[in-house]
Amino acid sequence: MAVVPVARPPLTLAERSYLPQIAAGLRTTWRHLVRPKQTLEYPEQRPALPPGYRGVPTLVRDPHGREKCVSCQLCEFVCPPKAIRITPGEIAADATTAHVEKAPKEFEIDMLRCIYCGMCQEVCPEEAIWLQNQFSMTGTSREEMVNRKDRLYELGGTLPDQHLKWDRKAAAEQAGNDLH
Amino acid sequence: MVDLYLSSPSLVQGLLKGLAVIMVIFPIGGACSMAERKVSAWIQGRPGPNRAVVPWVAWIPVLGPFLQRLGVFHVMADGGKMLFKEDALPGHVRKFYFVLAPLVAMMPALTTVTTVPVGAYLDAAGRAVPLVLANVDIGILAVFAVSSLGVYALILAGWASNSKYPFLGGIRASAQLIAYELSLTLSVVPVFLWINAPGTPGTLSLSRAVEFQSGVWQGFSTASWGGVWFLFLMPVSALVFLIALFAETNRHPFDMAEGESDLVGGFHTEYGAFKWGLFFVAEYAHMLIGSAVFTLLFLGGWNPLPWVPLATLVDWLTVLTPLAAHPIAVGLLSIGIFLGKVLALVFFFMWVRWTVPRFRYDQVMELGWKKLLPLSIVNLLFYLGAIAALTP
Repeated sequence: MAVVPVARPPLTLAERSYLPQIAAGLRTTWRHLVRPKQTLEYPEQRPALPPGYRGVPTLVRDPHGREKCVSCQLCEFVCPPKAIRITPGEIAADATTAHVEKAPKEFEIDMLRCIYCGMCQEVCPEEAIWLQNQFSMTGTSREEMVNRKDRLYELGGTLPDQHLKWDRKAAAEQAGNDLH
Repeated sequence: MVDLYLSSPSLVQGLLKGLAVIMVIFPIGGACSMAERKVSAWIQGRPGPNRAVVPWVAWIPVLGPFLQRLGVFHVMADGGKMLFKEDALPGHVRKFYFVLAPLVAMMPALTTVTTVPVGAYLDAAGRAVPLVLANVDIGILAVFAVSSLGVYALILAGWASNSKYPFLGGIRASAQLIAYELSLTLSVVPVFLWINAPGTPGTLSLSRAVEFQSGVWQGFSTASWGGVWFLFLMPVSALVFLIALFAETNRHPFDMAEGESDLVGGFHTEYGAFKWGLFFVAEYAHMLIGSAVFTLLFLGGWNPLPWVPLATLVDWLTVLTPLAAHPIAVGLLSIGIFLGKVLALVFFFMWVRWTVPRFRYDQVMELGWKKLLPLSIVNLLFYLGAIAALTP
């Protein structure tokens, strides 16, 4: 590419006096002064969170109120900072969801360790753990910062998915049994 | 009340006047610090401090939330904090001078206020009588003489702090003051030469300068120009004075003495709590007095508009209500107009601060010695010639 010499004209008197530049700067700052403010007033105004936001990890129930976690412990194994601790438990044989067999007896996420990476959500085969929109997590003690099972379900709520995997599984099993 | 005041010994009168000055300057200084924070916030697209509120003020329907949004109570919170936090005295400072410096900073700031007229009322003869604590005839000279002492506080603080950044700040402050004091004074000389034209009684009084700018429109003639604000008569003087004022008050873009980014806090690096607060208030007091002097000399003082002196405005208002001619009403009106101009100028100081980046130190010196000083001398010579030519 050819070299293009750029003409550098000497500064004019107005430019050297610096005053027109200051006037232009004052005009710019005045525009900023009168135009609407850019910041959110946080506790009252909340930011609009984009879809796919990774907030505090939570556990969810399906539309029938069944807890979706089957305590396979994949999230516990994948969790890079080892924030998740699961104590697996059995589902009682007389329960309507007895064919699911397992559910967590205890499920703890230590929010002092959690790095909000979302790997637990990615790895979960049951779509039971979700990083939702809560971004402000505070507490006054270490114990308070550990989310236990009841708290996790309280934060998570219900996932309105309609595929109802385990209900269909039970139905298919029933249908197969009926054939024979 | 008035009789009790007039019959009291002069020492008591002086004390009352001093208290009045303190009671006025400190709140205005506080309000200015708040305004600074608000203006900076607005220019940066933020709402600024707007949370602190006194409960029973918050209960007032519209006014309470408005004052809260304006951040008025943050001033009190800040002041209270500054007053009650621990006043640490570093071990390596020269204690006597270290404590003396903030006091030396406050003294010229509070003293100059007394010689600055803040308004006027019309006496029975229709002459404007200035409202001023100490109506000295040397007016501008007293202001300049005392306000330049303010830099001693900076030098003292820089030296007594016994550490390198304050020391550099103090040195910068002294060099800068010498550089700009000359142009500041020289830019004012044409104004007072104009006022003290041959054949008139000599005066350096600031209120006389305002009186000179109280002319009325007399058609397109030199007579009209004689009574106009000095801003229009001597624009170069006004410009040089304003720039030198920025430098004198250590405001951006000339705040070499503080220079947060290169000198930590400059001369007040080692100060904290109320001693630091005194420096802060002194800076705003200097700014206020500088703006007041600029208003008096170039912006027509308490005259509302060019060619519309206070007396004309009062005449117009007496058409509406005869009450407007009462000396107290006129006095309050003039104080309002004057204060409005001064505060607008203070806003301009803040506006410039958040617009223009700080000069490099050698640029400050070059601007002061090589640009402003020759410019003010040429300006002075020009008006010397003009006055000589106009004098019959």
